[in-house]
Amino acid sequence: MSLPAVELRDVVKVFPNPDGGVVNAVNHVSLQIQNGEFFSLLGPSGCGKTTSLRMIAGFEWPTSGEILIKGEVMGHTPPFHRPANTVFQSYALFQHMTIAQNVAFGLEMEHLPKSEIELRVEQALAMVQLTMMDLRKPKQLSGGQQQRVALARALVKRPAVLLLDEPLGALDLKLRKEMQLELKALQEQVGITFVYVTHDQGEALTMSDRIAVMNRGQILQIGSPVEIYERPNCRFVADFIGETNFLAGMVIGLDGEHAVVQPDGLGITVLGLAQGDLKPGQRVVISARPEKIRLEQAPELKVGDAHSHKNIFPVRVINTAYVGSDTRIIAILGLEHRLIIWEQNNKSILDPTEFYAQGDETFLYIPPENALVLAED
Amino acid sequence: MRQDPRAQGLTLISPTLFYLGVFMLFPLLLVVALSFMTRGPYGNVVYRINLDNYARLIDPLYLRILLYSLRVAFATTVFTIVIGFPLAYYIARVPVRQRNLLLFLILVPFWTNFIIRIYAWIMILRTEGLLNTLLLNLGIIQVPLDILYSPTAVLIGMVYEFLPFMVLPLYTSLEKIEMAQLEAAADLGAPPWRAFLRITLPLSVPGMIAGSILVFIPAMGMFVVPDLMGGAKTVLVGNLIRNQFLTARDWPFGAAASMLLLTLTLVVTLVYTRRAGFGEELLV
Repeated sequence: MSLPAVELRDVVKVFPNPDGGVVNAVNHVSLQIQNGEFFSLLGPSGCGKTTSLRMIAGFEWPTSGEILIKGEVMGHTPPFHRPANTVFQSYALFQHMTIAQNVAFGLEMEHLPKSEIELRVEQALAMVQLTMMDLRKPKQLSGGQQQRVALARALVKRPAVLLLDEPLGALDLKLRKEMQLELKALQEQVGITFVYVTHDQGEALTMSDRIAVMNRGQILQIGSPVEIYERPNCRFVADFIGETNFLAGMVIGLDGEHAVVQPDGLGITVLGLAQGDLKPGQRVVISARPEKIRLEQAPELKVGDAHSHKNIFPVRVINTAYVGSDTRIIAILGLEHRLIIWEQNNKSILDPTEFYAQGDETFLYIPPENALVLAED
Repeated sequence: MRQDPRAQGLTLISPTLFYLGVFMLFPLLLVVALSFMTRGPYGNVVYRINLDNYARLIDPLYLRILLYSLRVAFATTVFTIVIGFPLAYYIARVPVRQRNLLLFLILVPFWTNFIIRIYAWIMILRTEGLLNTLLLNLGIIQVPLDILYSPTAVLIGMVYEFLPFMVLPLYTSLEKIEMAQLEAAADLGAPPWRAFLRITLPLSVPGMIAGSILVFIPAMGMFVVPDLMGGAKTVLVGNLIRNQFLTARDWPFGAAASMLLLTLTLVVTLVYTRRAGFGEELLV
């Protein structure tokens, strides 16, 4: 296997605090990003994702640990000597230069011949479909166009790694969705490694080959979008990516990959899929996503089914919302435990009595493979 | 009820028109009118319209004074940029709390009367003054320097007086430059000095232009500094005008010299701002 495009080895970054203390922005982070990969750092604000990116770019230096680009230890190499280029959240276009001058800037710094600069600027602007805009100033362009200029300006340098710091954050939702697909296509076309920082889980799922979920300066899980969504390894990841229902409880039995959990104060037992090493008596949470559980009106019909004797519980519907593709139902389990269930509207029904209504008494079925048992954080 | 939009607009700007009319246009017209009159035998103004005052101004003596004033004002502007730029750059880069303190310190001298501050400079620069005493005691010089009452002293006084007018607009321009712009330059391969030449310097041009105008125009009319620090040797156009009004009591000739100064200042400022691109998107 070839060298990873970017490697972080036990990187720590500590910032001094105005009130005399210190902040551990990045706490012992290690990861490897492969060549040509679209890799996302995902997490809430203040989780250390931007600091990690800035350390790869060279704007910050690690307090301890090492950063390698293409196998080369970066140490205190300044940004202008690193084979990485950045697309800034604010774009940071040079307002006093034209679009063409902005894109040419990085090539001029390399002292390339004028003819080559002109050719490459032209190609870069064509790549982001801004050929006709070359003589305008950044202020004369829309937000989406400025974003493309920032992209062209960084990509024209043909970096080993392109670093993107929430590049779509300032765009409106519709444009953001378009740009997500466009960015992904562009990345596949140029084949450059992208390191993408975002707090938007939908964005990360749509574009990434792999995602690192971060919180409080640490990486909690690294995996493909499917792994991260389907098999979160802790409560934070399950909660941060998509929506889910949690039931806190205690492990009372283990059977291979399954665990039997007794949720607090409900007087029931739930069979679920054990994640990681669990022991009887351990505190856990069950995570069940709203689209992976369902309401059943006549559970007795299911008797004899391999799984149906377990994980069926009486619930009371307290609220429903029809949102077109599915119906979102809030139901109460036991006395007060709220659960969200998304029922897909895959039949064409107009009769309102066919839908659940407030006050309906019914049963909830949680398929055991959809109930992930996670160690309590 | 519909109103004529033009009448409406006129009503809205009438306070401004009134202010400009009373405090700018009317006094200016008085000076213009005065410049075409004649001095009476006892220093009074005789209302006889002629061009004699302007004819007198063509004298090489006055033209030399005018040219010298231009040179002093230009040198003052250049020196305030050279000294003011590093200062403004430093202030724009320190943490916000220190920044406010430093800006405050720049403005503190304005609390003291200008004349008193000039006398303080006289104390520093004169033959037995602070500067000479210090240099003599340190053994750097053997004979006291004759700085006071020389063109150098005038320049020192002018640069001192006008420095804040250069520092403040320069600071405003420099402070507006986002850190991300310089990071982007570094990211694209520019070492700090190239980033300075390609990003910081061009983006500070609007402040430099504004500062130059604020320094150059009053420097052209300055008479207090040459009076007190230049001795009798240095006469600027400001002194000439002052002398005509107060000493020679020749108001019409003073008014004509004022008109010449006004015209010259306008032309220089216009040419300068045109060439520097003032009013284009530089000032965003």
